[in-house]
Parts: sequence; C-alpha cells; structure tokens
Amino acid sequence: MEKTSSLPDVASTPGVYSKPLSKRVFNTLKAILSHLILAVGSVFFVVPLIFMLSTSLKATRQIAMFPPELIPNPVIWLNYPDVFIYAPFQRYLLNTIFIIVPTVFGATVVSALAAYAFARMRAPGKNFIFMVLLATMMLPGVVTMIPTYILFAKLGWIGSFKPLIVPALFGNAFFIFLMRQFFTTIPKELEDAALIDGCSRWTIFWTIILPLAKPIMATVTIFAFMNGWNEYFGPLIYLAEKSQYTLALGLQVFVGQHSTEWGLMMAASTMMVAPVIILFFFTQKQFVQGITLTGLKG
Amino acid sequence: MNQAAGTHVKPWLQTMRGKKAINFYLFIAPWLIGFLVFTLFPIIAAFVLGFMNYDIVLPPTWVGFANFEELFNDPLFYTSMWNTLYIVIFAVPLGMIAAFLMAMLLNQKVRGMPLYRTLYYIPSIVPAVASAALWLYVLQPQWGLLNGFLEIFGIDGPGWMASEVWSKPSIIMLMVWGCGGTMIIYLAGLQDIAKEYYEAAEIDGAGWFRKFTHITLPLMTPTIFFNLVMGIIGTFQIFSVVFVLTDGMGGPVNSTLVYLIYLYRNAFNYFRMGYSSAMAWVLFVIILILTLVAFRSARFWVFYESQNVED
Repeated sequence: MEKTSSLPDVASTPGVYSKPLSKRVFNTLKAILSHLILAVGSVFFVVPLIFMLSTSLKATRQIAMFPPELIPNPVIWLNYPDVFIYAPFQRYLLNTIFIIVPTVFGATVVSALAAYAFARMRAPGKNFIFMVLLATMMLPGVVTMIPTYILFAKLGWIGSFKPLIVPALFGNAFFIFLMRQFFTTIPKELEDAALIDGCSRWTIFWTIILPLAKPIMATVTIFAFMNGWNEYFGPLIYLAEKSQYTLALGLQVFVGQHSTEWGLMMAASTMMVAPVIILFFFTQKQFVQGITLTGLKG
Repeated sequence: MNQAAGTHVKPWLQTMRGKKAINFYLFIAPWLIGFLVFTLFPIIAAFVLGFMNYDIVLPPTWVGFANFEELFNDPLFYTSMWNTLYIVIFAVPLGMIAAFLMAMLLNQKVRGMPLYRTLYYIPSIVPAVASAALWLYVLQPQWGLLNGFLEIFGIDGPGWMASEVWSKPSIIMLMVWGCGGTMIIYLAGLQDIAKEYYEAAEIDGAGWFRKFTHITLPLMTPTIFFNLVMGIIGTFQIFSVVFVLTDGMGGPVNSTLVYLIYLYRNAFNYFRMGYSSAMAWVLFVIILILTLVAFRSARFWVFYESQNVED
C-alpha cells in the first residue's frame, strides 16, 4: 500500500483517527466483499441443517413439495412425539449417558495421572514410552478391532455395555497428550515448594495440579462427551438387544426403517444434533483451546 | 546392581532416582495396562490371526498364507480398495483446500466473525449418523435440496446416492461439508503466525500474494502436513457415514463398498476373523507406507520456524 499522506483528509470527524478517503473506501469494499463471500460460503454449511429442522416440522405431504418451504406452513410439531412412539429414544438417551459417564471419568482422571507423569517425572524408558503413546495416536483403529472383539467375546461381554466402558477406564492417548501439553505450562515452582515440604507426588497431583487443570479437564470432558455421543462403530458391533441401543445406533435403525418418513427421521436427527450444537455454543473457548494445545507445538 | 560393593550401596530401586522411577510407572500404570491389553496385544494377535482361520466358536486353525492368497484373488477386495482410494484421492485434498480457504476467510478482522466461525464449524460436530440421515434428504433425487438448487440453473441433477457414478462424489461432498475440524486446526496455525512478519513484508512493499506465498504458506506447512497425515489415516478408515447412508450395503452395485464395510462384513456377518485380520493388516501396511512416504517427503517441503523443540 502506498501511503498518500500528502493528501488532505476529506471526511475527518473530530476525535476519530482518519485515513485517506481512498483507503477507507477500499477497506469498506473489502469488508463488504468479505461478508459476501463468508455469507455465501456459510449457505453450504448451514442450509442442510436448517432444512433438517424445517423438515422435522412438516407433514409428509409438505415435504415432497417443490420448491421446498423454508418455514413450514403450517408448522407441525407432531413428528417429535411420534418419534418416541416408533422408537424408545428416551431409553437410548439413558443408555448413552450410562456409557458416557464412566468414559468421561477414565478420560479425565486416569489420563491426567499419566499426563502428569509424562510432564513432570523422570524415569528410565520415559521417552520411549512417550513415543509409543504418540504412535498409538496415529495407529489405525482397524488393526486392533478384531482381536479386541474376540477378547470381549471370550469374556462373554458381547451384548453388554462393558466393551464400550472398560477400555475407556484406562485413559486415552490423545487426552494424555493434550493434558501433558497443558501440564508442561504450569510453573515448576508451585510444586517445588510442596516437594521440599515433603509432599508426595500423589498429594501434589491432587492438591496442586488438578485444581489448576480445570480448563483442560473441561476441554477433555467435552471431547470425551462428544466422542461418546457420536460413537457408532463400537455400539454397532458390541450391542445386541434393541433395549441397549445408544442414540447413534437407535437413530441408524430408525433411519433404515423409516427412510421414507422424512419428517420423523429429521425430527429424530434434530434431537440428536441439537444437544451437541448447544454444548458447542456454550463451550467454544474450551474447544478451541483443546485444538490449539494439540496444535503441533509438542 | 553391584553385589561386591556390599551393604553400603542401596539397591537402585531404593535410591532417590529409583523411587522417582517407581512413582512414574505407578502414575502411568493404568494407561500402560490398558495399552498392553487393548492395543499391543490386539496388534500382535491380529498379525497371528491373519494366518489362521477362526470363527470364534471353533478353535483356530493355521492356514499359512491362504488368507492373503484368497484376498489377492478376491474381486471385492479390489473393488473396496478402489472405492476407498477414490474417496481418499478426492476427499483428502479437496477437504484440505476447502478447510484452508475457509480458515483464511475466517482469519480476517471482520465484524461478526465469531458467528461465521461457528457456522462453518458446526457441520463437523454433527454426529455421523445424523449427518448421513440429513444428506439422504439433501441428496434425494426427485425433490432433494441439491437437485432443487441445480434446477434453478436448468441442470437436471443426477441420482446422487442412487447412482453408481455419483455415489462416491456424494460421499466426498459430505466429507468436505464436515471439514470444520481441519479448518479449526488451520485457523489456530494462522493465528500463531507473528504479525511482525507481515508488517516487515509490508514495509518492504510486498502485496497480499507475496505475503501469502512467502510468509503464510511456508509457516503453515507443518499444519498442512499434520492435516495431510491425519486425513490419510482417517479417510482410509471411512465407515460410519457410508454404512448409514447405504444401510450397511455399500451400494448401489458396490459402488460405495469401502474397505472397512467389506472388512466389517467378513468379520461380523461371516465371522471370518482370520480373513478380516488379514484385511486389517493389508490396510495397516498401506496406511503405514503412505504415512512414511509423507514423513520422508516432509523434509523437502515442511518448514519449521525453529529447530528447538520443547522438551
């Protein structure tokens, strides 16, 4: 940009730093153009979701109408109660929560223990083990899938929630990595004083580290919750009875059986998507922090 | 260690360093046990199972390379591999480019940016099952949203998921729709670039294009590399969305029979645990080779700002 400082300011308002008119026009045009591109782009991402909601509020004859109505006329709420007549979604919700709660515990507390050790303690073999941990993050899940299934089959756990809960109780490589990154940013001095006073690592972990780790615990909790909510493959291979289905699995069966009843399908989908979006709205900060922490700085 | 040194030398485990080491292993014990049972053991077991026939009920029998021989003569192995490759080849670069452009757009200083960021990101947090259901509706051939949109321009849209030709592009489109996760990682990378670089370049009279090619792009290569590797690993294992979209069939006419659906079928419909383990290993080796190639190539195009890596 060439500076045209010799030109007098045309429209200068008192108290406001004024730029040359040409530059201001340019900036305004640029902002308008940005908004235009951003708005057009967001259509691709948002319109399908808006129509999911809109279709869930339509009767069957309104749905196949062309062009589709954005705002249904009239608005039909009946699809929502009807979903529960066709499938016990309240049961699916309970099952999902039943699986998620212990999973989140494993994800946070157990991962935090290991993460703290990797961040602060010294032992022979530590670096090697940490490399192994990083490698497991990149390991394609497909390799471990079959033997793990056989293991659970031999234990007689197929058709129960155990295969979906128990492995999670041992922590998670990704979360350990995430938390370790966070723990390395906590000043060492905080622990040094406690160590000199003769506190054990165990005490320090619970009394000093964990209270400081609330932000990262929140991030990991949200990620673990999302994973549990969205998880499809595990429930698909391990759950047998319909009464055990999770939301993801229940929705899939529902979609398969009611593939022509779009209103019902979209109502069920909306009920599954809405909590995730609401959670995201309220926890954006933790989300972004989690992603930036993994941000390749390790 | 040294017995001859007598009682003055404590066993290593009782020294300060030894105690610290015990502490470390106690802290990581839960994860380590989980790793041994649910990762290391299954990896080894999968390798051994690849050389066996096993249906869980009857005891396994050793069959040597028979599974691999059968696999390399199995037309559906090639079909599923081709379908998966097709999706990887298009979805990974398209998703990365789309995500990068989005991140650039969303990195501007424009009013209302948090709202835009949220809108662009939301599709990536929609559960796979729900997004599949949603896209079934969007891609409906007669009155679906997409064909309705195309009709405005006088284009007679294809059958999308009902068409052998368009089913894979449909899935690719769906994946690009959900590229918000990749976008956020780029956005974080872009925001990490120090403003001083751009200011210095502006003083030197560089335009936006030169700033992009000389500052943004080189400094973003580590992020691009990360997304490339994760994209390859993830997309080769595409399953849920396709499984739901096609009701588990990979149709029409096997045109979306991706590798993992075929593997799933062998394992959990036919209970051919040996054969599917062989399949898993073949896929693992392919992903491993591609990842290694990517890491090898990194030295030629990935630029690290500083060589001092933390810890």
